[in-house]
Amino acid sequence: MEINLLTLCYLIGSVTFIIGLKMLSHPESARKGNLVAAAGMGISIFGTIFLYEENGEKLHNYGWIFAALVIGTIVGTLAAKRVKMTSMPELVSLFNGMGGACAALISVIEFKHITAAAHTDAATPYATYLSIFAGLVIGSISFAGSMIAWGKLNGRVKDFSFKGQQVFNMVLFAGIILLSAYLIFGLTPENQFLFYLVLLGALVYGVLFVLPIGGADMPVVISLLNSFTGVAAACAGFLYNNQVMLTGGILVGAAGTLLTILMCKAMNRSLLNVLIGSFGGGATGTQQAVTGNYKEISLSDAAVCMSYAHKVMIVPGYGLAVAQAQHVCHELEKLLEEKGVEVSYAIHPVAGRMPGHMNVLLAEADVNYDKLMEMEQANDEFKSTDVVLILGANDVVNPAAKTDPASPIYGMPILEVEQAKTVIVNKRSMKPGYAGIENALFFQPKTSMLFGDAKAALQKLVAEIKSL
Amino acid sequence: METVLSYLHQHIDIIYIVVLSVFLGIEVIGRVPSVLHTPLMSGANAIHGVVIIGAIIVMGRVETGNYVALIIGFLAVVLGTLNVVGGFVVTDRMLEMFKKKK
Repeated sequence: MEINLLTLCYLIGSVTFIIGLKMLSHPESARKGNLVAAAGMGISIFGTIFLYEENGEKLHNYGWIFAALVIGTIVGTLAAKRVKMTSMPELVSLFNGMGGACAALISVIEFKHITAAAHTDAATPYATYLSIFAGLVIGSISFAGSMIAWGKLNGRVKDFSFKGQQVFNMVLFAGIILLSAYLIFGLTPENQFLFYLVLLGALVYGVLFVLPIGGADMPVVISLLNSFTGVAAACAGFLYNNQVMLTGGILVGAAGTLLTILMCKAMNRSLLNVLIGSFGGGATGTQQAVTGNYKEISLSDAAVCMSYAHKVMIVPGYGLAVAQAQHVCHELEKLLEEKGVEVSYAIHPVAGRMPGHMNVLLAEADVNYDKLMEMEQANDEFKSTDVVLILGANDVVNPAAKTDPASPIYGMPILEVEQAKTVIVNKRSMKPGYAGIENALFFQPKTSMLFGDAKAALQKLVAEIKSL
Repeated sequence: METVLSYLHQHIDIIYIVVLSVFLGIEVIGRVPSVLHTPLMSGANAIHGVVIIGAIIVMGRVETGNYVALIIGFLAVVLGTLNVVGGFVVTDRMLEMFKKKK
């Protein structure tokens, strides 16, 4: 009876995951969708704890299980509540790594369990070993890769690559697969220890796989690792013949892969190109030299310029997020609207550190949803725009993406701000952006620079406009 | 070949689940607007935390006294919980902001 009830719990869990994901992809229902999926997860977890039985035997070690659940819940909730919206991508990457590590650890215990019992039991089917090794390898890669991605996003880990790294990675990966295959079909008590060599190899591979990938491509990598962890969870689902783990894992694996491809498309690059070409970590080829003079604009000029414009477009970038300037930005927008200026925001798909990251940040500052324009729509609007105010964005407005085939961002769709009458760029300095390349836009005659931290500059700008 | 076929036969229900889930996963998020990419990634991230069920099963089966396995299992459950709880809470926080602006 109870085990049948558990099957029902898993069915409910699987259905809520599907409905949750579906609702998550529509703005009005997204929040409810998240709660639906969370409720299904709760039902599945508590169902497992209280109803799961194997050969008529219930689970034991309840004390340990609940202690672990409580610790995980407290730490997870605190981390999620405290994190600043700008550090969101790091945290998602970190949580993803935890899931990967969890899958890998399950494989480790199962392996120990099976090999310890191997002398007495009938032969373990190859498929079981296959699930164990797949879970181990994918989970470890996901864990190690996510940790590196996390470190890179918060600036603790720098880009690193050595000559022949791609070849080394491929050899290492082939080695992991071959060794796993060898162990799956020919495991003996003597070569058991090689299991840990596979674990080590997968961890090293995860590190080396993410290390050379440039910061600008990190969202793609996190999304990819996200789908890896999904597949690792599904492997564990195979192991226990557990439907909810299978559906959950595979759903995320498939949806995550699609999301990864969508992100690559937004940057007009193939996934392979992202993974192999080490973007930003030292672009090769001779780029067109960008030199010339740039001109600065004073705060009062900028204020006048914007107050008497008909239409102003704001292009927010990561610099705005770092400076926590989204609230002042909203204030500026309201002030200009009061003066009869039409204000909207042009959002590049990869503005910020993750697709849609900038929308979350602006939503945090109460910016109206209708004011956010997606790239294509914005590019049509620029022609009739008087002033474009660029706040801490760089690569997404770099014309080299259209004009310079040698540039590492060549081919990436950009916001074509140079079509507007005037461009004001707020940056802290002339330093290049995340992709590490110069931006010819800053040297164009219609562009003027407003140096300073985005928040401070905007506050002064707001004060200046008020006093006009 | 024989073993592969018989394996497929024995586990055909699981294979159906996998195949259909792949299509479903792609279909379900097919038309997601780019504004929702970050929350969606985060939500999907929380959902694959379902791996915690495996960790609970593993841990519940460990014989009392096998401390190595207990500790590894404990760690697995903690990490899995972090993934699940943290993932859902963070997603909710992001989406809460979208709601406010109405």
